[in-house]
Amino acid sequence: MDRRPQFKDPALAKALLTKIGMLAKDLPEVRIMEVCGTHTMEIGRLGLRQRLPDNIRLLSGPGCPVCVTPGEVIDSAVSYAQMPNHVLATFGDMIRVPGSGQSLEQVKANGAAIAIVASPLQLIKMAEERPETTIVFAAVGFETTIPAVARTIEIAAEKKLPNLKMLVAHRLLPPALSALCGDADTHISGFLLPGHVSAIIGEEVYRTIDELNVPGAITGFEALDILGGILSVLEMLINQTALIINMYPRVVRPEGNPHARALIHKFFTPIDAAWRGIGIIPQSGLALRDEFKAFDAPVLTQGSSTLPKGCSCGKVLKGLITPSGCSLFGSACTPQTPIGPCMVSSEGSCAAYYRYERINR
Amino acid sequence: MCLAVPGKIIAISETTATIDMEGNSITADISIVPDAVVGDWAIIHAGFVIQKYDEHEALETLKLLREAAQMGEVK
Repeated sequence: MDRRPQFKDPALAKALLTKIGMLAKDLPEVRIMEVCGTHTMEIGRLGLRQRLPDNIRLLSGPGCPVCVTPGEVIDSAVSYAQMPNHVLATFGDMIRVPGSGQSLEQVKANGAAIAIVASPLQLIKMAEERPETTIVFAAVGFETTIPAVARTIEIAAEKKLPNLKMLVAHRLLPPALSALCGDADTHISGFLLPGHVSAIIGEEVYRTIDELNVPGAITGFEALDILGGILSVLEMLINQTALIINMYPRVVRPEGNPHARALIHKFFTPIDAAWRGIGIIPQSGLALRDEFKAFDAPVLTQGSSTLPKGCSCGKVLKGLITPSGCSLFGSACTPQTPIGPCMVSSEGSCAAYYRYERINR
Repeated sequence: MCLAVPGKIIAISETTATIDMEGNSITADISIVPDAVVGDWAIIHAGFVIQKYDEHEALETLKLLREAAQMGEVK
């Protein structure tokens, strides 16, 4: 049965917070990065940041796929949406993000053909029903989402649907962790590692990242999961160990999901890729393999990965500052008038802080 | 974007599973979790079953958390 209610138990949450408070007394400032945007949202919603001891800081990482999607991908999506006989399909989160010019939402208001989907499987039906129309999917997301897109391509290949194309902007988490740990400015004490990415990639892969020499807890998404993850990282810091502990074994197996990874491997090959606000991270993106290039909708423009003037999303994504450390946060940049991608996406750190944590230390 | 939620598999036909999700019946592709069977709990993301949900491990984690917090036995 579903055990989620028990992972919300307020009495146990309170006891874990007390234990965290006890351990924190023996530690200097601890900077724990929650890599995943879904964690950022949940931590904000639960008000956990404010409940932790002053020396335990939670930093939001680069794990909001929409936030790190380069402007040139957004610009290309906008261009595809405006082409005759094309429909641009996307997850809803992408629609408000500005590239170098307009967002998808703005061109949609002017009549561009944009369809919001909840599952890539919807693309199959769209492509079947409209054989004269090219359906271009803005394929963003991390390892959690990539198998869904790979399986959709597999079905499209089986059904011979030449009118379904993928604008591939997937990103891989382990290379980003490697880059973050290798950055001398980040000073990260430990990681809450993303539960659902780990459901696919497993535990073992983290132990192969040479640069990852701080504690990491693979963490689920309920209150007790997050508190347990924090507690686990603090215990490792006190014991001066830097292990990867799986605190979400009900979903994450040591080997992850090999079937999902085989499917990713069948259709995609790793490439160097740009992360908006961060830069190029080696082997952190994916391209369709040559034999499946018929399903490729290429990026149409180059070199628009920069951030808007004054925007500090790059520093926010690396945990160098919290959103409230950006001079635009909450004044010029709000969810109603977003400037940077981290304010646009509902899972972006800035949007989560604006919604839940404007009164913040 | 990595939001994924548990549901119970109530039927499987080829690569499509019917999932009971808090009383709502939805369908999801189950091809990347081929060993799942009817009656299993699973985690669903963007129309896909991405992994089985292990209730025994859920109870073990709760027990571990209670021990870590120095509380009593899990109910």
